[in-house]
Amino acid sequence: MKINRNTFKWSAWLGWQMESNWTRPFIFAIYAIVRPIAASLILVVMFYVITYLGDPSTARANFDFLFIGNAFFMYIAQVLFGVTWIIHDDREHYRTLKYIYISPANYFVYILGRTLSKILITTFAVIITLAFGVIFLEVPLNPLGVDWLLFIPVFIIGLLSIIAFGLALAGISFLTAKHTMGMNEGIAGVFYLFCGVIFPLSVLPDWGISFAKILPVTYWLDLIRTSLGAGAGIDTAVAGTSVEVSLVVLIISTIGFALFSIGTFKLGDNLARRKGYLDMTTAY
Amino acid sequence: MTMIPNAVEIKDLRRTFKTKAVKSKKELVTALDGADLEIKEGELFGLLGPNGAGKTTIIKILATLLFPTSGKAEVLGYDVMKDAYQIRKNINMVSGGETSGYGILTVNENLWMFSQFYGIPGKIAKKRIKRLLRVMDLEKKADAKVRTLSTGERQKANMIRGFMTDPKLIFLDEPTLGLDVNASRLIRDFIKDWMRSKTGRTVLLTTHYMMEADELCDRVAIIDQGKILACDTPANLKRLVTKESTLKLEIRKVQDISAFQNIKGVKRFTYDHNITAGITKLNFILDDEAIVADIVAEVPKSGSKIVSVEKSEPTLEDVFVTLVGRGLHEN
Ligand SMILES: Nc1ncnc2c1ncn2[C@@H]1O[C@H](COP(=O)(O)OP(=O)(O)OP(=O)(O)O)[C@@H](O)[C@H]1O
Ligand SMILES: [Mg+2]
Repeated sequence: MKINRNTFKWSAWLGWQMESNWTRPFIFAIYAIVRPIAASLILVVMFYVITYLGDPSTARANFDFLFIGNAFFMYIAQVLFGVTWIIHDDREHYRTLKYIYISPANYFVYILGRTLSKILITTFAVIITLAFGVIFLEVPLNPLGVDWLLFIPVFIIGLLSIIAFGLALAGISFLTAKHTMGMNEGIAGVFYLFCGVIFPLSVLPDWGISFAKILPVTYWLDLIRTSLGAGAGIDTAVAGTSVEVSLVVLIISTIGFALFSIGTFKLGDNLARRKGYLDMTTAY
Repeated sequence: MTMIPNAVEIKDLRRTFKTKAVKSKKELVTALDGADLEIKEGELFGLLGPNGAGKTTIIKILATLLFPTSGKAEVLGYDVMKDAYQIRKNINMVSGGETSGYGILTVNENLWMFSQFYGIPGKIAKKRIKRLLRVMDLEKKADAKVRTLSTGERQKANMIRGFMTDPKLIFLDEPTLGLDVNASRLIRDFIKDWMRSKTGRTVLLTTHYMMEADELCDRVAIIDQGKILACDTPANLKRLVTKESTLKLEIRKVQDISAFQNIKGVKRFTYDHNITAGITKLNFILDDEAIVADIVAEVPKSGSKIVSVEKSEPTLEDVFVTLVGRGLHEN
């Protein structure tokens, strides 16, 4: 128990050191501030394209919808890419994976700790993005108007489902080499398309909607928008569902995801030890 | 009489790897081919063998990094397949010749973090790290970023990481690989001191430096092509070949080496060309000392000149040659 606590604490600390390279504050500032703002500006361009092609009367709501979706999607992108990156770098670049693996520390806990620092940094970026949106892009987000009692639990449960998915990816990353980043892009793409990040689910074909409805992120984003009171009034195909039902589905699918990812992690761990991948280095 | 428990017990251990050979045809590489080994608690044990013999594979299996394909492997009484956690609490491992560690952290921070992965209480961890940094002559680098360290310094820091957890059993995979003479000396002395300072500690080290195995190890196992060929104290192993004589000959400008092979009474014959110096070293194990004269007589016939002649005591290398039929550094 004590080992797990210490492992979590110090792997989170390690993650923080790696993320926030304070020896180069200028680069860190770019990473943490300029990047999310640049991403928002790309959205503005997308928005003008959408308004130009579509119905101007719904443009405002559409923009808020995609702005909020995109801001919170940063968590998914960061955790998914982050976990794989941690494992590949620990294994091939720092050559520490095998030493952490043969320690009594639980590798699962280690990855959780490293992921936590990623989430903290991402939160910083999300807040900057939202503030930028409110100040310069008239996104109707008012801290006094936010339903915090809904937002806080929803936010946490959704993050848990994302972390769970990250851990499943960690198990898979044991088995993949450094140049197989494509897998993550694919998975991130699936979330981008099927979870109502930038466009409403109702534009998807029927099978796409059914698929979207089993992903916790779909409900997460929907409830986030509802609780923030921004970008909500769009037909998302889960919009008809009441808040209570959405919450329950979010919780159930998060638990399902957690079980799935623990299983996937264990399987990946076992296979990696069987195949001798834990200290693998790849030639390019 | 009390029985000393086994720190390591290996029985009929096999490990194969599937590799993608040319044209994506799967090929099976046998790394361990039915190895048997017992190491007692308190032993400083050496695995001696040429490249690709299976030394690292044994260590990886014992350190719970790799599953065996079949056979039994127990560490401190625990099965490597079933009780990894129990094993991990009591072991550590250091691989030589590699640079490991987080470059952006300092040496101290790296070590501290790993001590926390082992749940070592803070005060004890700090004391141990400080002491080991001093012993390893790395004190002045304690607050330097790991990425600024030289290869040898990083290797020393890695050694500290291994010993800092006070393991019951430590695996050292070629601990002095790539180190200069002084650093190698330091590491060897450190290992000896560590063994002496507390009873019941066990070391399993691999090396292909004969002298190192001879000097350090209580017992040595000779391994080749995944099989343990012999296992005994260095003295006993050398006794295997003392009945024979050993002759080392350095010659210049040799044309045809095969003539030496065919001299009657030569039991084993190995050689090593030093092309830049134009010198060839010949090693003979002879049935009878009298044959020395025949060999020396052969030198002018092969068109070369003698640089030096040495009749020597057998070394572990001679043992190796006798058992394997080729030198440790030949392929
Ligand atoms: N992951 C792997 N995939 C394929 N073959 C492997 C793998 N690991 C080891 N081998 C093969 O198994 C054999 C034994 O390797 P091992 O690393 O145990 O040798 P070693 O005795 O440590 O050699 P060295 O002195 O060079 O370190 C070699 O032929 C090696 O090519
Ligand atoms: Mg090796």
